[in-house]
Amino acid sequence: MAKKEKKKKLNRRDFIDRGFRVSIGIGLVGIGGVLFKKSKAKEYVWQLDPEKCIQCGRCATSCVMTPSVVKCFHVYDMCGYCDLCGGYFRPEAKNLTTAAENQLCPTSAIVRKFVEEPFFEYDIIEELCNGCGKCVKGCGAFGNGSLQLQVNHRLCVNCNECAIARDCPADAYQRVPMDNPYIFSGYSNEENKS
Amino acid sequence: MKRKLAIIFLLVIISLQIFNSFAIQRFPKPEFESGHTQPPTITPDPRAHALAILDVFVLVAALSVVSWLVIKKRSRKGVFWMSVFAVLYFGFFREGCVCSVGSLQNITLALFNPEYSIPITVIAFFILPLVYTLFFGRTFCAGVCPLGALQDIFALHPMPIKSWLEKVLGIIPFIYLGLAILYAATSTDFVICRYDPFIGFFRLDASFMMFMIGAMLLLIGVFIARPYCRFLCPYGALLNLVSRFSKKHITITPTECIQCRLCEDSCPFGAIEKPVLLKDKEARPIAVRRFLILGIIIPVLVIVGGFVGSQFHENLAIVNPKVRLANELLNNTNYGETEKEAFEITAFNSAGQSKEELFKEAGSIIKQFYYGGWILGGFIGLVFGLTLVSLSVFKYREDYTPNKGTCLSCVRCVDYCPVLPISNDY
Ligand code: SF4
Ligand code: SF4
Ligand code: SF4
Ligand code: SF4
Repeated sequence: MAKKEKKKKLNRRDFIDRGFRVSIGIGLVGIGGVLFKKSKAKEYVWQLDPEKCIQCGRCATSCVMTPSVVKCFHVYDMCGYCDLCGGYFRPEAKNLTTAAENQLCPTSAIVRKFVEEPFFEYDIIEELCNGCGKCVKGCGAFGNGSLQLQVNHRLCVNCNECAIARDCPADAYQRVPMDNPYIFSGYSNEENKS
Repeated sequence: MKRKLAIIFLLVIISLQIFNSFAIQRFPKPEFESGHTQPPTITPDPRAHALAILDVFVLVAALSVVSWLVIKKRSRKGVFWMSVFAVLYFGFFREGCVCSVGSLQNITLALFNPEYSIPITVIAFFILPLVYTLFFGRTFCAGVCPLGALQDIFALHPMPIKSWLEKVLGIIPFIYLGLAILYAATSTDFVICRYDPFIGFFRLDASFMMFMIGAMLLLIGVFIARPYCRFLCPYGALLNLVSRFSKKHITITPTECIQCRLCEDSCPFGAIEKPVLLKDKEARPIAVRRFLILGIIIPVLVIVGGFVGSQFHENLAIVNPKVRLANELLNNTNYGETEKEAFEITAFNSAGQSKEELFKEAGSIIKQFYYGGWILGGFIGLVFGLTLVSLSVFKYREDYTPNKGTCLSCVRCVDYCPVLPISNDY
């Protein structure tokens, strides 16, 4: 008798459980379906828009990686190859030599190379750059703006939520498709590839 | 001469104060006579897309293997080695992103923000563990989740805690879940990712604060097994709910419980429920009275919770950067900086959005938080109410069984049961 009652009870419980199970299943499939319809097969990565960036310096400090994976990128195509480079020299530099006290970059990550009179080429040593954006500010203010900050995707671990994005005062960070992951201001990478 | 000219030019520019005027071709691109070629701008490629697809395959494979180990093989050893694998692959190799726990925020954001298009791999990371849980219990927690697996390896000397305390602390994940959904739905922040205590270990790089919190949790985890899973994890809260209705679930005994009590204290997570025998069952009138009281208390809790939540909507909303900016502009507080203009304000001024537009936008976000506050508060009230129910109502139970909600399917208890499985050899 007791056995039978127990059985009945269990059956009722099983029945309710199954009802819930089926509805949860349907719910999951539903959510999946709705999202699937608006999703893209593409993967996304984080990138900053140099036009919005105000070179606040947080790119250097907020990244989850040390040193930051944000680096200065040189868009050579826009560079004037100036002798007096606003991105290389401090504004108060006495003479235009490569002495460290004349350099704007705190880690001496920019190499100045003589090309021909009166032009100089500037290269960034990625390993030294910490993404502080000082040179970018200088170049944007006095030069052509060919130095630009970008997330280096070889180094970026692609956080689900980029730690710099939420600290950036200019709201410059956005998710961009993985197959075109760089944004340069005044220069399109695609056009110049060929 | 040239240098002087250049300096004069520089001074003129400084006096004009043309800052932030980006990408202006002030100096023409030179024509090199020496035949120097301009180097290309380097743009290193991101990690291949294929690897993200591979992650989903590894996830499916790991879930299948662990479920098989838990349900069919009942092998603790196997599950342990799967956790080691999870820590190595999802943790150290893939450096923790994207994980299923965090993906719930992407899902919320995708549901509420039409502009955000979510990658399919992220959907898979959210849905698959839930589906497996619906069939086999929380096998994802047993040996696939890198956060859980890391803590599991540190659970060396677990001590039991009072079951009422366990239940009360078990409310926190639901509050966390509600908050995470609120902040993700309003496109404010991904709090789960921001306060992920273990990601720093996987990347071997974190702020000192988060590193300390992570280390503390692991240290506590030596004695109170898996503290993040039991008392914080918001995805675990979802799995908990789903797992209650799972089709199959790990059982302690392979066949029939003989009430030997050997497994009683074997669960490091306090997930084993003792038998509640018929003679403990209370008289019907008392049960009915309690049922009525709870029937009144729960709706009251929901309404009170909702009201309290809505009262705090401004405190909740201030975390949103737009609301914060509007607030600072309105009160002229300049983000507490005295020396110079705060970066946020500089950026706002140079971006060209008018203050009115910003205030309007912030206003609508605050309104979202008002409704969100009602829902969040009501939800928390409901969770409190249901916890009260589970603390006061006893379900009839004959055998020692794992609580399907909180059991992490780790298979530890199985080894304590002396009953032998029915062998197929006979
Ligand atoms: S945090 Fe934003 S504004 Fe600051 S340097 Fe980085 S991109 Fe520019
Ligand atoms: S996604 Fe992560 S690693 Fe990449 S830039 Fe942002 S914080 Fe740094
Ligand atoms: S409870 Fe959360 S953190 Fe713990 S194993 Fe499960 S999903 Fe992972
Ligand atoms: S399988 Fe479940 S009940 Fe058994 S010890 Fe593990 S968590 Fe506890």
